[in-house]
Amino acid sequence: MTASPLFDAAMIETILLTLKLAGITTVVLLLVGTPLAWWLAQGGGLWKEIVATVVALPIVLPPTVLGFYLLIAMGPQSPLTGLLGRQLSFTFTGLVLGSVIYSLPFVVNPIRNAFEAMGPRPLEAAATLRAAPLDAFVSVALPLASPGIMTGAILGFAHTVGEFGVVLMIGGGIPGRTKVLSVTIFDYVETLQWPKAHVLAGGMLAMSFVVILAMMLIERRLNGGRR
Amino acid sequence: MTFRPTALRSGIAALLAALALSSPARAAETVVAVAANFTEAATEIGEAFEKATGDRVTYSFGSTGQLYAQITQDAPFEVFLAADQARPEKAEAEGFAVPGSRFTYAVGKLVLYSTDAGAIDGSSDALEQPGFAHVAIANPVTAPYGAAAVEVMKALGLYETLEPKIVQGKSISQTHQFVATGNAELGFVALSQVVADDSGSKWMIPQELYTPIRQDAVLLEKGAGNAAARAYLDFLKSPEALAIIGKYGYGTED
Repeated sequence: MTASPLFDAAMIETILLTLKLAGITTVVLLLVGTPLAWWLAQGGGLWKEIVATVVALPIVLPPTVLGFYLLIAMGPQSPLTGLLGRQLSFTFTGLVLGSVIYSLPFVVNPIRNAFEAMGPRPLEAAATLRAAPLDAFVSVALPLASPGIMTGAILGFAHTVGEFGVVLMIGGGIPGRTKVLSVTIFDYVETLQWPKAHVLAGGMLAMSFVVILAMMLIERRLNGGRR
Repeated sequence: MTFRPTALRSGIAALLAALALSSPARAAETVVAVAANFTEAATEIGEAFEKATGDRVTYSFGSTGQLYAQITQDAPFEVFLAADQARPEKAEAEGFAVPGSRFTYAVGKLVLYSTDAGAIDGSSDALEQPGFAHVAIANPVTAPYGAAAVEVMKALGLYETLEPKIVQGKSISQTHQFVATGNAELGFVALSQVVADDSGSKWMIPQELYTPIRQDAVLLEKGAGNAAARAYLDFLKSPEALAIIGKYGYGTED
C-alpha cells in the first residue's frame, strides 16, 4: 500500500461537491415538495392517487432504471434537450435534476403525512378568524407541519448524499463537477485503496446513524407535543 | 401475519432438495471472473467449451478492479480473465493465483468511435474539430482502455485541449454506453464493442500511439484442484477459441 495521506485534495473536493449537490437538491425539494404535499393531502380522486404513485416510484425503482431513462432523456435527440437548448448529462445541473426526482418521495411523503395528521380543524379555525387561505397556510399549516418538513429535509439530504446509481449513469465522473462521494468510494474499493474507502464509507455510516437518530427524536417530540 | 416456523423449515428443505437435484453429479463446473469488455467473446467461448468438454462454465462479469477486490475477499472464482496484466500479476504475487499459470489471452484494440456515420473519417481529424462537446473515455485509473485513451491523446498532442471535454465511464462498457446513447459525440472504446457496428464511424488507432492492452488470464488458487478450471484455460488457447477471440476484434499472441 502506498503511503498517501488519508485526506487529500481530491477527497475534500468530492465531499464539498456532494454536500453542495445535496444542499441545493434539498432546497429545490422543499420548494417543490411542500406545495405538492399540501395538494396531495387535500383529498381527491383517482388522478391524485396517480400523481402520488408517480411521486412514490423512486422508492421502488432501482436507481439504475432512473439513471438509464435520465441518460436517454438528457441525450441530444430528446425533447428535453431541445426544450432547454442544452444537454444536461455530465453537468452539475443534470445531477441536481436527477437527485430531485430520486429523492422526491423521501421529502413529499413525510410532509404530506404531517399535513394529513393536522386535519382540517386548525385551518377552519383560521378561516373563522378571517385568515386568507395563503395566510392560513403560511402562519398555521406550515408551523404545525414543521416536524414533517424537517424530517423530509433530513431524509432528502441524506438520500442525495448516498445516491449512487443515478449519478453514476448520468454524471460522467468529472472531478469537481460530477464526481460525488458514492462514486469515489467505489473507485477507492476498485483500486484497493481501502483506508481511503473506510474514511468515506465510515463517514457515511456515521452520518446515516445520526440522521435516523435525529428523525426518531423529532418524531418523539412530535408525539409528545400532541399528548 | 402469523409466522409459522415449521412451514418455513419444510419449505427450505424442499428448496435445498430441488437445488441438489438440479446439479448433475457428473459434469464438472468452473466459475470464471471476466473483465466486462470480454463479455460477448467469453459467452461464445463458454458455449463452445461446454460443447467440446461437457463441463459447465459460470461467468461473473465486472470491471477488473472490482473483480480483483472480490478475489482478495475470498470470492469463489476459479479463473480470472482480466483486462490488464497488472491484476493477474498481483494475484500471483499475493498468493491468490497459481504461479506460472498466467498468459495473455487477448490483446485489446482501442478505437475512436461515434454513432454519427460522418463524424470520423478514419483519422484523428474528428478530435481536432471544435464542433463536439464531450469525448468519453474509461476511467484511466481503473480501466486499461482509459489509460490507453489518455496515452493516445497525449501522443497526438491534444490532451490539453481535450481535457475539459473528457467524460469518464466507470468501465469501458459504460464509456460505450455514453457514446451509443449520443450523450457523448466521440468516445475511446474497445474495438470488440463496435466491431459489428456498421452504422457509426470509427478510427482504428495505430498501435504505436499506445501501449498494447494485453489481457491476461490466470488460474486462481480456488480452481487449482478443479480439472474443469484447467480445461477452460487450455480451451482458451485452442484454435477454436482463438478464432472467436479474433472475430470479436481482439489481437492474439503468436
